[in-house]
Amino acid sequence: MSKDKNKQETSGADSPLGHGVPAPDFKLRSTQSLRPDRETGAPGATAPESKLQTLPPDQFISLSELRGRPVILVFYPADWSPVCGDQVVLYNELLPEFQRFNAALLGVSVDSFWCHSAFAKDRKLRFPLLSDFEPKGAVAHRYGAYRQQDGFSERALFVIDAQGTIRWSYLSPLDVNPGADGILEALEALESKREVAA
Amino acid sequence: MTQARMIRARLAVPVSEDRDHIWGPRAAPVTLVEYGDYECPYCGQAYYVVKELEQRAGNLMRFVFRNFPLTTVHPHAERAAEAAEAAGTQGKFWKMHDILYENQQALEDEDLMEHATLVGLDINRFVRDMREGRYLNRIREDFLSGTRSGVNGTPTFFINGLRHDGSLDLGSLMTAIEEAASGRR
Repeated sequence: MSKDKNKQETSGADSPLGHGVPAPDFKLRSTQSLRPDRETGAPGATAPESKLQTLPPDQFISLSELRGRPVILVFYPADWSPVCGDQVVLYNELLPEFQRFNAALLGVSVDSFWCHSAFAKDRKLRFPLLSDFEPKGAVAHRYGAYRQQDGFSERALFVIDAQGTIRWSYLSPLDVNPGADGILEALEALESKREVAA
Repeated sequence: MTQARMIRARLAVPVSEDRDHIWGPRAAPVTLVEYGDYECPYCGQAYYVVKELEQRAGNLMRFVFRNFPLTTVHPHAERAAEAAEAAGTQGKFWKMHDILYENQQALEDEDLMEHATLVGLDINRFVRDMREGRYLNRIREDFLSGTRSGVNGTPTFFINGLRHDGSLDLGSLMTAIEEAASGRR
């Protein structure tokens, strides 16, 4: 799997987006808001829960509203699958590091809001999980990270700069947790570029 | 997309005699580094594998343990790591390390106190260190060096600086260590 072309053959994914291109905008239902909690001031307040809620709360996050800060976009195949359990837990632990770069971390899979909510609660996640649910996988598809034959997304990472341009991306083998070193290096590269420009 | 990281991850912060907890002969040809979490069940299994490796390949390798507590899923992991570090300051790191892994169900503060007594620590000093969170920075440093090295879960092992991506059973680790010792990797 040394070439994207081979990757495409084995995974059936669309060809993944390269670097330096504008990140496709999206607006997806989210488990958490990125706005500071009114009570505690903490970022990532959880959507209010209601016992008899049949419709998920109207809480959405769009990429364009995050213009002005870097965004780490994490596509993963599904909640509850063994590997991404580790992956999201690791990123959860690293939130303070990501916040040093003022970066917003977003997890995306085709799971529904309810599934995401249960998963986020179980793993005590403090960052939003977005539902690429209807039409299913549409956002992953636009990022070239959808596995048509499987009906879920690749394990793919994107670092998007404050202007909304993809600066780094990585397509991981489905069963390998890609870790966070690549993300941190990409954020550092953004930072140093900004310093040079300033 | 970047495929460069298909190259095996490398230990970002080299082993330091001054800072790291090191078991085994200084001149050993192989250095095995583990990033681990005291409350992680897989680390608990790996603990017995490492013990066996120490028995069988003790002359070939030295073993280094660094902290990688996943605190949100393992609420006792960080406290346990602090206890091991506090014991380390009193020259008893490995004793505490062993007790923690052999008693993964007993990691409450009162359990840690019992362990400290059993290990023979100066209890007043231990309590003070724990209360002041004296080793939290060091634990975080370990965590970050692990992240930089491509640690993607616990436990993660590095053999002579290269991440071991194979299975964590005794056979595959033993083979990897023997290969490293004979310079084949």
